[in-house]
This record gives sequence, C-alpha cells and structure tokens, in this order.
Amino acid sequence: MIEVKGLHFSYDRKEVLNNVDLKIHDGEFIAVMGENGAGKTTLVKHFNGLLKPDKGEVLVDGKSTKDSTVASISRNVGLVFQNPDHQLFSETVFQEVSFSMRNFGYSEETITKRVNFILETLDLSSYADTSPFMLSGGERKRVALASVLVSDPKHIILDEPTIGQDYHQKDKLRNFIVQMNSQGRTVIIVTHDIEFVVDCKPRVVLLSKGSVLADGCYDSIFSNKDLIDKASLMSPQISLLMASLGDLNFDPKIMDLYQAKTVLEGKLKNCL
Amino acid sequence: MPVIEAKNLTFTYAGSNKPAIKNIDFSIDRGEFIVITGPSGCGKTTLVRCFNSLIPSFYRGEISGKIDVLNLNASKSNTSTLAKNVGFVFQNPENQLFSLSVERDVAFGPENLGLKRDETRQRVDWAMNIAGIEDLRETAPYELSGGQQQRAAIACVLAMKPEIIVLDEPTSFLDPLSSYQILEAIADLRDEVGITIILIEHRLDLVSKYADRIMIMDDGQIAMEGPPSSVYSEEAKLLGVGIPKVSMLFNLLKKDGYNLGETPVTIEEASQKIRKCF
Repeated sequence: MIEVKGLHFSYDRKEVLNNVDLKIHDGEFIAVMGENGAGKTTLVKHFNGLLKPDKGEVLVDGKSTKDSTVASISRNVGLVFQNPDHQLFSETVFQEVSFSMRNFGYSEETITKRVNFILETLDLSSYADTSPFMLSGGERKRVALASVLVSDPKHIILDEPTIGQDYHQKDKLRNFIVQMNSQGRTVIIVTHDIEFVVDCKPRVVLLSKGSVLADGCYDSIFSNKDLIDKASLMSPQISLLMASLGDLNFDPKIMDLYQAKTVLEGKLKNCL
Repeated sequence: MPVIEAKNLTFTYAGSNKPAIKNIDFSIDRGEFIVITGPSGCGKTTLVRCFNSLIPSFYRGEISGKIDVLNLNASKSNTSTLAKNVGFVFQNPENQLFSLSVERDVAFGPENLGLKRDETRQRVDWAMNIAGIEDLRETAPYELSGGQQQRAAIACVLAMKPEIIVLDEPTSFLDPLSSYQILEAIADLRDEVGITIILIEHRLDLVSKYADRIMIMDDGQIAMEGPPSSVYSEEAKLLGVGIPKVSMLFNLLKKDGYNLGETPVTIEEASQKIRKCF
C-alpha cells in the first residue's frame, strides 16, 4: 500500500504540492491526471523516495520513505520517467533492459529469459543489439518501459507511458499493464491521454494546483464538465458526442466505443 | 506551386543496412496543413529531417532521389540557410533550448537573422504571447516542466516567422486544453499568414479538424494519403493508426449494416449525421 499523509512539497520557494492525502491499495489501477504543473510528476516521485516530503509523510508498504533509500524502495516500486532520455544510458537495448535485474543479483539465465520476454512483449526483440539512441522517440520510450517492467516490481508507476506510441503499441501496452494489474501489481499511470484512460477504466485521481481536486471512478469524473475544465482536460470524444445528443436521451457517461455502438444500434433499429 | 517536393527520396542511416525511408514521392503546396502519422519507427521523423537538411548534413548516411524545399535542393544546402524559412519544433524540446532564460532563447533566432532590436523585441513578445508563456520570460528552460518547454520551443520557432513550420509531436507533454490552444494558434497562423504546417502526430482526434491532408507512413513509405474523411474510411489499411473514436464508431456501425454516410472527422459532423436518423 502507498499512503500519502498531509504531503507538502516545494521546489525552492515554489509550492508544488499542498496537503495531499491519498491511499493507494495493493493491486489498484490508478490514473493521476491534471493540468501541466499540477504536481503529478512531483507526487509520483515521492512514491519511490526520489523526493522526500517537506511536511507530512509517504508510506510505502508501511515504511516511511524518509527512512529508506531510493535503491531499497526501487526493488518494490518501479518508476518510468516521462522523458526516456533521462534514464537511458547503455550501449545496447539488451544491456539497458537487463541493468536493474543484474543489480538485483538475478542469475544470468533468469535475466536472459525475463529480458527476452519483455522485449518480445513490447515489440523490441529486433533491437536487442541496437543502441537505444539509434531508436525513434516512441521506441526509446518502450525501452524505458521495458527496463522497469522487466524486474516485475510490486508497484508500477508510469509517467506518460503513451507518449510517442501509435494506436497499435498503445493497445499492446494497455493489455500488458492490465494483465500485470490483474496479477496483483499496483499500477499508477500519470497521463494526459484521456482516451487511453477510458480504455483502461481505472480509478482517477485529479490533481489541480498541487491539491487533489477529485478522486473516483473514471466515468463519473470524465462526465463532470466542471472538473474537466478545472483540470484543463478535454472530455473523451464519445462522451462529447453523447452529450451533444443529450436531448435524444444519450448519456454522456457512455465513453466507451463499443458501448456507444451497442446503444446506437439499439436506437437506430427502431428508427430505420 | 509546391513548397516541398520529393521524388524517389530514399535515406539509410550510417551503420544501418535498411533504409529508414524509401522511394518517397509527394508535394506540399504553400499554406497546406499536413498531418504525417503512422506506426512508431515508420520513418516520420527521418522524412522531416530531410526538409531542412539535418539529413544529410547532421545525420550521416546515404541519400538518393530528390528533395526540393522552397526551390532549393535541400540535400545539397546548409541547415543554416534552410533554417531561416523552415522552422522545426523537435520531439524532445530539451534538444533545442539552451539559454539561461526563455526570453533569450526566443530572441536567439531573430537576433541571428540580424533583425533590429525593436523588431526582435516585438517578435519575442508576439511569439511568447501566442505560446502562452509571457510569465516565464526570466525562467531558465531547465526549470520548466515538459509542457512548458514545449511551449518555449514553439515560441522560438514562431519568432523566426518561417514560411514552413515542421512540428514533431509538439504537444505530447501538454495537457489536452493546452494542446488544443497551441494547435488552434498554429492553425490561425496558417489562416492569417499563409504559413505551411507539417505536423507529425499520433493523436488524430486532436488534429483532424485542421488537416487538409493526412499522410500515413508505414515501413519507410507513404502507405496512404488524402483528406481525413476519405483516409479514415479505409479501415482495412489503417493498421497501427489511431483514427478518432467518432470515425471508428461510424466504421463499426457500417460493418454492422448501419450506413450513416461518409466517415465523420469531428464530433460535430458525427453528431449531425446521427441526429438526421431520428
């Protein structure tokens, strides 16, 4: 469990987080959303101890991050940065992805098996011997994801995982993290990609100006125009379409493509 | 009169044995708004790097075929010559910000064009205003969030007032409202100044309404091109491309025998078409 209690944090004199309280239970799937500068990245950097609270505390599995090192927390908490270039450094993709497991002291056999599996899953197998810096932006992002997901951490934090990913890759990534989540891993994504969130159907924590603005199921938050505006989001396309047809009794809480198709077909059947 | 014309353009990065782009043919007219999309690693960024001679001047490799930009042979010109007229907003904004304040970064381009102080100041103010970063004037770029850096990079390019602006996923770190505002500002530039816009983007729901043409690349080649509504209806060929969900919805309905007409590109179009049925 990750527990945030009365968290305050400032960079120099600029306050970024203002009294954040949050409980994330093991095995939950959470999307942290909010405007640029809302404090999303700052918040999740507290989850593996990269940042320590100015006031209040963050407990990971019952232990305060103030009393732990990043190295020890990172065994249980894997964090993928927003910008892959902040974390890539190895000569080849294989070395990059095997780095954390090697540090954790796994056997070569386990490492090879695990790395090959994750490269396969994220469509990177053909680049095993390539330098990460030869790859495209989207591919580098997937290498960064692979290098954290490879050691199968208990809590997984992904900062903007869908940047630079095409539709197909996003779908694969979603299937994989949903699968990890269903195996009991906690998944926390920081994202602006509202359509991706709709497809994942998680609990949404909406941050605005350093505080929690709303916390609840994705569909009740995304169909609340007031919250959407306050957090500088844009409603999902299907929800907007449904809202525009509100006088014909379409429900803006419908934001899933296939649900919309079923509802529309039901109504069209009676008209055509 | 095309501003960019490619004929049989092929490029292989040094050290690679497979061309990143091959046999590319197209032309882009002045004032067009082009969206380039396609699976990651398909050659989008490589293609646009040819527009200001970053390929082959900076990224080495083997180039063949022809690429003309504003009547210059781009593969034989200097990036510094082309940069006056072809502005670039890179995928990673950190790669193009380097000064100690945002204002200095935005002023760098106009100063290098040899513009007078007043004109430079005017352009810096104008560009920072459009990008929505007036309050960050004195801030150092490395202190900015990813989204703010993207706005700063866009302001730097706008201040040059180039004829062509190439943007490589320019709003990927921005929140949806900011992305929308920036894209509206870019579309306005096209409408008011007649600038040519070439935008690389995966999120077609955000950009479709501005696009005159969508170019879909796959495996180093142009797989499909045309106005959004015609491209989005050819679902079978759209592997790996995330067309807007409203377009997808209509394609799904059509498959089930409910044909509501041409595939819509925006929510408004979709709404009207559905409304007509009731």
